[in-house]
Amino acid sequence: MTEYKPPLNDIRLVLNEISDISRLCDLPGYEHVDVETIDGVLEELGRFAAEVVSPVNKIGDQEGCSVSDGVVTMPKEFGEAWDHFVDSGWGAISQDPDYGGGGFPLAIHTVLTELLATASRAWSMGPMLTAGAIDCLHTFSDESQKEVFLPKLVAGEWSGTMNLTEPQAGSDVGALTTKAVPQDDGTYRIFGTKIFITFGEHELVENIIQLVLARTPDSPPGTKGISCFIVPKYLVQDDGSLGERNDYRCLSLEHKLGLHASPTCVISYGENGDGAVGYLIGEEHQGMRYMFKMMNNARLGVGVEGLAVAERALQQASSFALDRRQGKAVGAEAGEQSLIIEHPDVRRMLLTMRAYTDAMRCILYANAATLDLAKSHPESEERQLASDRAELLTPISKAWCTDLGVEMTSLGIQVHGGYGYIEETGAAQHLRDSRISPIYEGTNGIQAIDLVGRKLRMNEGKVIRDLLDEINDFTESLNQHGEEFATIRSNLADSLQAVEEATAWLTEKGTEDPIQAISGATPYLRMLGQLVGGWFLARLAIGAKNNENIGDPDFRNSKMTVAKFYAEQLLPLTRAQLGAVTAGSSDLFAVPEELFSI
Amino acid sequence: MDVVVCVKQIPDPADPGELNPDTKTLKRDTKLILDESDSYGVEMALQLVDAAGSGEVRLVSMTPGGETGGLRTALAMGAESAILVSDEALAGSDALSTAKVLAAAIKRSNPDLILTATESSDGYTGTVPEQIAELLDLPSVTFGKEVAVDGELATVKRQTESGYDVVECPLPAVISVTAGVVEPRYPSFKGIMAAKNKPVEELDLSALGIDPQTVGWAGARQEITEIADSPAREAGEVVVDEGEAHERIMAFLDDLKVL
Repeated sequence: MTEYKPPLNDIRLVLNEISDISRLCDLPGYEHVDVETIDGVLEELGRFAAEVVSPVNKIGDQEGCSVSDGVVTMPKEFGEAWDHFVDSGWGAISQDPDYGGGGFPLAIHTVLTELLATASRAWSMGPMLTAGAIDCLHTFSDESQKEVFLPKLVAGEWSGTMNLTEPQAGSDVGALTTKAVPQDDGTYRIFGTKIFITFGEHELVENIIQLVLARTPDSPPGTKGISCFIVPKYLVQDDGSLGERNDYRCLSLEHKLGLHASPTCVISYGENGDGAVGYLIGEEHQGMRYMFKMMNNARLGVGVEGLAVAERALQQASSFALDRRQGKAVGAEAGEQSLIIEHPDVRRMLLTMRAYTDAMRCILYANAATLDLAKSHPESEERQLASDRAELLTPISKAWCTDLGVEMTSLGIQVHGGYGYIEETGAAQHLRDSRISPIYEGTNGIQAIDLVGRKLRMNEGKVIRDLLDEINDFTESLNQHGEEFATIRSNLADSLQAVEEATAWLTEKGTEDPIQAISGATPYLRMLGQLVGGWFLARLAIGAKNNENIGDPDFRNSKMTVAKFYAEQLLPLTRAQLGAVTAGSSDLFAVPEELFSI
Repeated sequence: MDVVVCVKQIPDPADPGELNPDTKTLKRDTKLILDESDSYGVEMALQLVDAAGSGEVRLVSMTPGGETGGLRTALAMGAESAILVSDEALAGSDALSTAKVLAAAIKRSNPDLILTATESSDGYTGTVPEQIAELLDLPSVTFGKEVAVDGELATVKRQTESGYDVVECPLPAVISVTAGVVEPRYPSFKGIMAAKNKPVEELDLSALGIDPQTVGWAGARQEITEIADSPAREAGEVVVDEGEAHERIMAFLDDLKVL
């Protein structure tokens, strides 16, 4: 596996041009942050990811983790990297200063997520789940709970989890049966079994804070009866020290396609009979509402995983293509083997990876910026507009980027030829590590239904209308940027028209015959992502011309090439999805189910 | 115990640098970073002050252009303050001029110990630490791989070709430390934020009472007369094992003095 080089210039350019980071720094609450400070932070954060986290990636893949008597063992290097992580304080960067955080914009937390996940997807699951738990506690728990749990989680000294899934309750969370029995002292006792709990048990930190969804007695069925509980591995005593071990146990770990060193736990609560001590977050029966509120941040984080694996695969494939000699390239001297990067097809693969990786970063960082604006803009109208845009972008961030993560890591293997298929090069690990992201945190199919079923209907279609109008205005404005942008302009216009047609069709069907609309949801998400990606890349190309302090001229000029390549060769895939969107459900259900049985 | 660490800000060695054909020196118009070889001195100073239980680590540096990015890195690691001598007249300074300027800045700080790297990663003269010691009339110990301080006595393990010497010297002293002796800490997020507000005192030559004619191009006593490309790598020697290869390899390594 090649070393990881943090793409800091790419990140800077996207933060400047797409996230408008200087505008975010001007928001109330971010007064202590400026672009220069962020620049210094990026340098050191990048160094940390490359020098401390990246070296554990392959070790984790090879050694994996194991459980014996409820104790999970991970590679010792994972623990060393975690200790450095705590010392460095990077996990705190965007958290609330009242609990030891750095109070940076969420856009910078997104950079942290990218850098750590690109360095090691498996290792980064720990900080990522912890950030999710912090988000939940910070938003919904009471002050005394915050004081007990947040400072340690923010510092990375404790880690956090989310316990949603049960064997019969996956995408259908409402089917969960874990019980929470109220006690006289105001606490609850938790009984039940949870599965697929990422970083649910390990020895990297002194305490693990499980956030567990469960049902109180006589709660309404389905999602309306779910409550959310804090269940610490060790009970925290009044003086803050750790006391008794709580009544839960890791029964087993899943054997997975990828992320071998990220423990995916089966956890049994209340095995000893008394039940695990749990503390209610907020109010009873509000658990699902809380989850929904946190969903945008969590789904954005998973979308970043798609970017991360694609970036890592691209770096790996590029360095292989610059080293490996095979065949004679057209025009090369006879008798000489050419570097494979001299072959057009390899170039095509690398440029495709580059273009999609850039497009993903733009979409994700734009999405992060809308969340910052939605949270901190002083004017309520602006907050609402940003929040609406975030709602619309989130399913695209999650699904478009993670689908592409899988495709780009597969392309990365292809660049390697046979060496990509054997494990020594490390190219295969990226594909294996990429594959979970389209599944968890709401499958990509669910994202597409969310987009078509909920997001297109927001404000009677105004939210999608605003986005498409903005892309239209931008496309027309490309006139003033000269002949260089002519094909970008024509291809954007054509793709936009295709998306307009699809949107109109879905909007009409959505009310009169919803199954028709839902049947076209996945291709629609794909085409909308494809269009938005092209729009951002064109903006990035223009921005690169105006940012002479970022990178060298070759770097800046390459953004024009990337935008043009994407517009001419990848953007036409937008229209190609139109038929699938408007085909409706008839063919999908025309074949009798018996014919699927073997 | 107060320790001054001399640090240099240099162009990033990861980006291929260019020589200015007129001055035959490295172009320095790019961003400057902390010379990695200085990060070992900073780390060692932080550890020594920590072990002493009191005192602080201060930085002394010079650059013609007033850049502070590299200093902020060392401040983020934990140094408390920095003196940066910045003056256009410093451009073209040779080793002795550099030593004069640094010595004058160190004097203002009156430390118990001065740490330096053995040489910078862009100039490689490797003579500045000894010249500073001479100018300050202090003991000079070079190539320290371990430094321990007990009261007013420093005990230093000096790296040698065959192992190390243990030497003692009274403080204050100037000790140069080798790369790799300690593991420099990563600047923490909090360290970076704190470094924003740590004092960097910028002084020009007049503030130090140094005549601009005695430093920089004007005062240089050494001149780079010629620059040439480094020789291409020569083909290696292939040793075929016919039973006695190990002896030839041992002899080869012995010649290189790596055994």
